[in-house]
Amino acid sequence: MSSELLQTQPIELEVERQELSVDIACVGFGPAMGGFLTTLTQAMTSEGGAALESAAMPGMPLQVICYERADDIGFGVSGVVTRGTGIRKSFPQLNPSDIPMMVPVKNEKVLYLLDPIGASRRSTTLRLGDAAIRALKGVLPYQQHALELPYTPDFLKKHDGMVMSIGQFNQWVGSQIMASGMVQIWPGTPVSAPLFSGNKVVGVRLADQGVDRAGAPESCFMAGMNVHAQLTVVGDGPVGPVGRAIDGKLGMPDGHHTREWAVGMKFVVELPEDTALEPGTVLHTFGFPEPEIFGFLYVHPDRLASVGIFIPSWLANPARTAYRYLQHYIQHPYLWQYLQGATLRSWGAKSLQESGKSGEPFLAGDGYARIGEGSGSTNMLTGSGVDEAWSTGVQLANSVLELLRAGKPFTRENLEQTYVSRRRKSDVELGARVAEHARDGFHRGVVRGLLGMALAGLSNGKLSLRTPIPTADKQIGSLDSYFKGRLTREQIAEVTREAAGSGRAMHDLLMDAAGWPAIECDGKLLISQQDALLMGGKVQATPGFADHVIFKDPGLCIECEAKTCIAMCSGQAITPGEDGVPAFDREKCVHCGACLWNCTRSIDGETSNIQFRAGAGGLHSAEN
Amino acid sequence: MPNTFHIVVCASIVPDPLQTLEPVTGPNGPALKNEMMLPAVLDPWAACALYEAADLAAKHPGSKVYLVSLAPKAKLQQVMMTVAQKVPFELVAVDGPLGGFIDVHSTAAALASAIEAIPGLDRSNMLLFGGWESATRGAGVTMQIVGERLGITDQFQGVDQISVREDGSFEVLERIEGGRHQVSLCTGAPAVLGWATGNLPEPRNSPQVGMANMRGIMPALQKAKPAQIAANGLSYVSVSLPKQQRETRVVKDMPEDEIAREIVQWITAE
Repeated sequence: MSSELLQTQPIELEVERQELSVDIACVGFGPAMGGFLTTLTQAMTSEGGAALESAAMPGMPLQVICYERADDIGFGVSGVVTRGTGIRKSFPQLNPSDIPMMVPVKNEKVLYLLDPIGASRRSTTLRLGDAAIRALKGVLPYQQHALELPYTPDFLKKHDGMVMSIGQFNQWVGSQIMASGMVQIWPGTPVSAPLFSGNKVVGVRLADQGVDRAGAPESCFMAGMNVHAQLTVVGDGPVGPVGRAIDGKLGMPDGHHTREWAVGMKFVVELPEDTALEPGTVLHTFGFPEPEIFGFLYVHPDRLASVGIFIPSWLANPARTAYRYLQHYIQHPYLWQYLQGATLRSWGAKSLQESGKSGEPFLAGDGYARIGEGSGSTNMLTGSGVDEAWSTGVQLANSVLELLRAGKPFTRENLEQTYVSRRRKSDVELGARVAEHARDGFHRGVVRGLLGMALAGLSNGKLSLRTPIPTADKQIGSLDSYFKGRLTREQIAEVTREAAGSGRAMHDLLMDAAGWPAIECDGKLLISQQDALLMGGKVQATPGFADHVIFKDPGLCIECEAKTCIAMCSGQAITPGEDGVPAFDREKCVHCGACLWNCTRSIDGETSNIQFRAGAGGLHSAEN
Repeated sequence: MPNTFHIVVCASIVPDPLQTLEPVTGPNGPALKNEMMLPAVLDPWAACALYEAADLAAKHPGSKVYLVSLAPKAKLQQVMMTVAQKVPFELVAVDGPLGGFIDVHSTAAALASAIEAIPGLDRSNMLLFGGWESATRGAGVTMQIVGERLGITDQFQGVDQISVREDGSFEVLERIEGGRHQVSLCTGAPAVLGWATGNLPEPRNSPQVGMANMRGIMPALQKAKPAQIAANGLSYVSVSLPKQQRETRVVKDMPEDEIAREIVQWITAE
């Protein structure tokens, strides 16, 4: 197969497809869908009356099916800290010890990490601040190149919450839902697109199987089934194909956009036997490895800890690379005092939609409703998304039950009067309004960003430093502009030549040239990115599916110098390809979706040159 | 009807082999840490047996595949969500403990009882399939004991292929030492076949197959009977994980020839 074919638009097949009718088709199983299906099955189990009879299959109970791309519902790695208010409402008797890796928050600190290496790009203001902190370190709560903030602002506090693993939590929730027998959850089943009738969503289409990389039928071709439903619940996250297809057709509300992103990358580590960290310890950090990068360390029971960073879209570095930055982060002296001697247990990465309320799509329309992160529920001020996502699922479930009991159809009007109305009155909405512009300032610099957060947080959203948000591609600077003052044009050109000649990644060479020290691998925690893929999990790419990362216009890739998509690919699945067009290897892709927004070229001024479609498989983390 | 079989596949579930496993001592003896919370999959050896059973059934219309599984039913249900999409079968669920630290005789007895109770099962035409090994229950004798309890004396282990002849007899390829196969001819069912890997790829997920299977799976899970698994006075002296096959070593600037030489040395040393 020629590379030209692979780089063009994927093949759309006009074939006869099997049809299935259900009442509710759900896309994606995450915390939001967990909240939706838990609430629905709790009601179905307790009442089971005629009100919840199936319309698709008269005489049968409500037919609810949930399709999940990953091979199981708990394969992703993710340590989180959450206040868990909504989750506790659903499970009033929740005992953290029932769920592995869950523990109540015991102590919480916010740390400003100074740069002990001198390689990060810090503004003059920040350097002056750093110098002042160092000069006063004798009287400040300063140790190991870190300043402990005297108190944790209320908006960041998770003191009454819990540290947990989303993977373990999803399994726990999923097993209870399935044990009810009321809902079918089908893992390993990617949904390729919504089915439309005019502007009404009438169901979903499953991905074709038995196709080549471009989507052309091969042996054992099986056309993706059309699943018709009165209601399609879209919870496929920020890079999910169904949610984005709906946005593409119906647009976004005026002024709304999904321009702000971050990739979260984290390790699950086993701490040394003599660790001083207690389970329930929560560290929030900022300032290192770059001032724009926020980080965390959460301590689970049994000497396990999640440690990771968020690389935001507003970090202008076109050579930004989460893995290399994460390796430098864990070696910061403050963290290294706890992590030295630790062993990697697992690894993972995920894109986060950080536009919050500004990224909220139309929450409901004829035949569909949006829940979870893809519906703009994440609160970027409090750094909280799991509980908010869960709550949106609960709100939709209660609304669906109300409509079913009243015998009303799932029209836009009815869903707005129930679901959207509930959501607008909820804590999720109140928090989202406070947070809406809290982080705008980061587009004008780190200090302004931090000030904006403080202003919004302390004034309950009344004050903020609002600024226009550029599209994601415009947030990535050029190599010249980002490294100005540190690397000359000639040095950058030399790195480019060396990268082409040596086969080493350009972003690694650029970081070397900018003063970042080489990573001294120890085979336990400091390991190459490929070893992390092997030791921290295993990528599964079921054969017979088409490539899900498509470079729409190869010409734009050829003229792109930075190729940030390669630097930011969490699984090193995107590599330099022939003729200047990146190559994509599906068998390495962890489905983090970072390529979608780490593209410096845009065809229409809003969306990038990379298409992220439905794909099967992904990362099986070695430990969730 | 000539050459139709009732194929009974014994297959349990195991933690996803890609997970980090850690033995711990629980109130009832050895266990795996957080075993109930680890993502589970169908035992890889038994999965091969299931795919071979489905292939054989498809080649012999009128045949039927039963999947008999001993596991916690909530966990089993989770795994069925994926397995049910692979091939058509009827589930016979037995609610029992997860993990490999249980007495093999009790396990075999529970499986044999469940098979005996399958309504309409033609035991004279039965092929009893399973894995010759297991990712967690590698006692190596479970299938043999199940077969013996059911009175089946023709038994084959390490099977990679079965070829049925027109007269109902079949040829079986069993793995033997030296990377070779032993060819056996069996006059017909009933027989026990403990499968190695077989020759079939993992079938694609088929929502249609899944929907058809699910109609029987949910009732089967709901009526799953608890298995009586007795400890039989067993005690475990020690428990350890198999040695990890992959050992990462960080080397720098090693010439390609030396890498090749080391790989060859490693292969020839095996």
